[in-house]
Amino acid sequence: MMPRAYVPQALARQPWQVIIPLTALTLFGGTVLYSAAGGRLTPWAGMHVARFFGFLVMAMLLARVPQDWFKRVALPGYAVLCALLVLVELIGRIGGGSQRWLNLGFMTLQPSELMKPGIVLVLAWFYAMLPLNEVRAWRAIVPPLVMLAIPAGLVMLQPDLGTALAISFGALMMMFIAGLPLWLFVGGGLGAAIVAPIMFFFVMHDYQRKRVLVFLDPESDPLGSGYHITQSKIAIGSGGIFGKGFGNGSQSHLDYLPEAHTDFVFATMAEEWGMVGGLFVLAVFAVVLSWGLNVALRAPDRFSRLLAAGMVTTIFFYVCINMMMVMGLAPVVGIPLPFLSHGGSSMMTNMICIGTIMAVDRWSRQRPRGLG
Amino acid sequence: MKKSEKLPMTAARLTQTFERRTFLLGAVQGGVGLLLAGRLGYLAVAENAKYRAASESNRVNLSLIPPRRGWVLDRNGNALASNRADFRVDLIPDRLIDPDATLATLKGLLDLPDDHMADIKDKIGKSRGFQPVEVASKLEWDKFAAVSVRLPELPGVIPQRGYSRFYPAGAAVGHLVGYVGPASADDYVREHNPLLITPGFKIGKDALEKAFEVRLRGVPGARRVEATASGRVVRELGTREDVPGQPVQLTIHAGLQEYAARRMGLESGSVVVMDCLTGDVLAMVSMPCYDPNSFSDGIGRIEWKMLSEDDHVPLRNKVLRGLYPPGSTVKPMVALSFLEAGLDPHATVNCAGGLRVGNRVFHCWNHHGHGTTDMMKGIYQSCDVYFYHFAQQIGMDTIATMMRRMGLGGEFPLPYPGQSYGTVPDPAWKLRKYHKEWAVYDTVNATIGQGYMLVNPLQQAVYVSRLASGLKHMPRIVLDRHAPPPPSMGFAQDHLDLVHAAMNEVVNGRGTAGKARIPIPGVLMAGKTGTAQVVGLNMGNGKGGEWKRRDHGHFICFAPFDKPRYAAAVVVEHGGGSGAAYPIARDVMTYLFDQTKAMAVLDDYERQWGGTLQQRMAAKYAAYAAKYGATAPAAPEDEAANQAANQDDRDDEPATPQTDAASPAPEPDPAPIATPLPAAPAPTPTGGTTQ
Repeated sequence: MMPRAYVPQALARQPWQVIIPLTALTLFGGTVLYSAAGGRLTPWAGMHVARFFGFLVMAMLLARVPQDWFKRVALPGYAVLCALLVLVELIGRIGGGSQRWLNLGFMTLQPSELMKPGIVLVLAWFYAMLPLNEVRAWRAIVPPLVMLAIPAGLVMLQPDLGTALAISFGALMMMFIAGLPLWLFVGGGLGAAIVAPIMFFFVMHDYQRKRVLVFLDPESDPLGSGYHITQSKIAIGSGGIFGKGFGNGSQSHLDYLPEAHTDFVFATMAEEWGMVGGLFVLAVFAVVLSWGLNVALRAPDRFSRLLAAGMVTTIFFYVCINMMMVMGLAPVVGIPLPFLSHGGSSMMTNMICIGTIMAVDRWSRQRPRGLG
Repeated sequence: MKKSEKLPMTAARLTQTFERRTFLLGAVQGGVGLLLAGRLGYLAVAENAKYRAASESNRVNLSLIPPRRGWVLDRNGNALASNRADFRVDLIPDRLIDPDATLATLKGLLDLPDDHMADIKDKIGKSRGFQPVEVASKLEWDKFAAVSVRLPELPGVIPQRGYSRFYPAGAAVGHLVGYVGPASADDYVREHNPLLITPGFKIGKDALEKAFEVRLRGVPGARRVEATASGRVVRELGTREDVPGQPVQLTIHAGLQEYAARRMGLESGSVVVMDCLTGDVLAMVSMPCYDPNSFSDGIGRIEWKMLSEDDHVPLRNKVLRGLYPPGSTVKPMVALSFLEAGLDPHATVNCAGGLRVGNRVFHCWNHHGHGTTDMMKGIYQSCDVYFYHFAQQIGMDTIATMMRRMGLGGEFPLPYPGQSYGTVPDPAWKLRKYHKEWAVYDTVNATIGQGYMLVNPLQQAVYVSRLASGLKHMPRIVLDRHAPPPPSMGFAQDHLDLVHAAMNEVVNGRGTAGKARIPIPGVLMAGKTGTAQVVGLNMGNGKGGEWKRRDHGHFICFAPFDKPRYAAAVVVEHGGGSGAAYPIARDVMTYLFDQTKAMAVLDDYERQWGGTLQQRMAAKYAAYAAKYGATAPAAPEDEAANQAANQDDRDDEPATPQTDAASPAPEPDPAPIATPLPAAPAPTPTGGTTQ
């Protein structure tokens, strides 16, 4: 990209093709939250937009960090996050309840959120360090699985199934694109397909089985666990093509929609903005994710390739699971929708992912693309 | 990096793998994106109509407004049951999130006693979840407001203003009108109507309220509101007014009904008053009785304990379900049957205090004997020997036929389920029932209203009104001003005149109820006493002692004797004889002619009894509440309550037929009005025989 003379270079070099859509999406999220709060900026909309710009600055700064620093911080950072997860667990035990965050005074820190980019970073570092001829040996498989098992296990203990799944998904995708033998994944997939029914019929408790059944047919329990999905589908379906209009969403305003400002914000949006709004959201994510993948493909070396692709995967997992959940295609797990859902931790995670991809983008412009 | 330079092919292959797999990842992501877009289109376009409807039904809450129940009116248009605007609080168990916390908050806000809280918890336990449970009604505004403002933290609690049933005369009309209550689970199964589970809606549970449910109910109104998921109303969208139920006008005279109920005082028994011209029932009182006002709020445990432990059985409608041997009150109609059979009224028998029948001696109540006794004297002196003698001549079939013509043993088409119709024994009946031949002593017993004979107080009232008017009255409880006049019984007028004259003599002459004379100049009341044994004479004399073993007291009467206008039958259970019954009959009859005089007498009595009906019931309730509180066992459901009240008298046969030589002992004086005894309900025999 040729910077034009009258734009300062630092500005011109920013990836505006992703910052502008993201900003639009976040502002759109702000209007949805404004409406969900009954036409007020507090408590959600104002904070949401302010946080975005704050974290955008952070992402831009992150983009200027040299690759060495990323590599150097990967393993210690991972260790610290694991320690924090243990700490959270201990505090929760002492406090007599489950706790997911640490109160830092000025903000609450949710270590499991940071672990999502953290696992991607440490695995990218690991596979970049790994001698190439060992990619198909056990040393390429077992250590990453251990690195995955520790945080995923700790998060499951919280218990937070959604985040544990996100961490696992990120790690597995890293192993996939790192070039581990395909049969591992095919075999694993087949194994899961065989084990799942066995689990369902012989291992699961009745209440767990019921949950699965309700997921498959939410209408069978409209007042119990199927309630969320049913109400969300009603919100989206009743919005139609153009929606009920800004501020007219009865499902969210009359409290039928649970978590209307966090996990189910897409339903809140779709009710008022209709399918058009939904397609806009999808389009922005398509732009962001395809930009990320392009950055990954253009990246100068193995570490940055894996890092960028892993970050894209992490964002994708959020988007995919959340939207499948609100439209009744996935079970209800607490995963917010990036840039629309209200919430500081997830906003920070997603902006770390964006900032990291921006950093990779920067490295590839500084260095001509080599073989790795 | 060194390695990759040494083995460039591997590094290149790895990069290639990475690119291939990243493309695959991108393709999968694109695929998921298309799937999501497709799903979005499916939900928002293809299924739009369905979800739009679902969203609308979420948004708009149609709540039914319980219709105002039709009034129950007396013959003059006074309310026996009306509706009162009130503030009430219900809760729907299914919508409670933390039942214990919610109940604790309500207890504090509404200042509810422990036993009431226990009742609510019972009801929540029994409720089917979606059925509303009444927390409190007839609330003051500030308590109601206190609940209303706390509503956001009390999910499942529904405060509303509505109407509640109001019975101005309280317990005086309990058995007559019945009461209302929330629909039971069974009601809802029978009639799957959302109105039944609308908070504040009540259906008739007993008597007329139940029988005229369809007519009284009305059509519910509806309110369309926009409401949140937790039920908070955001705004009103529209309201349709309810259509009140149709009123039901009864033949009852409200003032008389209440007077008679109050005049029963501490006794257990019934009063039925009928109009001799039409057969209209003017009063139908069974006392003691529950208060339908508090029953309609739900039967509380204290109330249930109080009523179910009362040996006066306040839950039973004794007018229709109480069966008693009628005693000597049958004598006028037995005499009438003699006349119709051709017996000369001047035929006499010498009463020496008893009569030998077979190898047993049947005594007259007057062991000294009545001397030469003709029909008039047989009636006014209630001479048993006269009837023993001539009944054997005439035969039981003739007597039984007359008794049935008079309405005994019959069931009447009244809107009350489960009338106990008793027994009029005759030879065929005995053979059928006991496979035994009729014996002469059976006739002797039946002719003085003992033995197998059992009647209910309504039958006695019908009998006396038919006897008084000579018209074939069918008792009516629902007013019909255009009803055809009742047909004649076909009695000869001179026969009636003779019996009437004898009954006049009972009260106003040389008879057994001289103190029953009514204090109205120019109005003479005719009557007949009756005393029915409860236990054999070997177990007690029936006058004093244990309440349960005392004789029942009967009195039937009509006035004026020469131009019958009103007829009445009074039964006092275990009153110790007819002396307990006729003062009540006298005062009730007096009320029909001069209310002021009658009320003055009543006021005197009520001062000794410890207050009016309401005051006495309230005091008793307070004593029970203080004694038992929440420890009393829970009240059963309404249906079960009705059953419990009536199961012990479903049998139309006497438990132990009194086939003894039945000779009611002399009756004591009633407590004189001027100097009433302190223990009015237990009249002390004074030795004076006024029979």
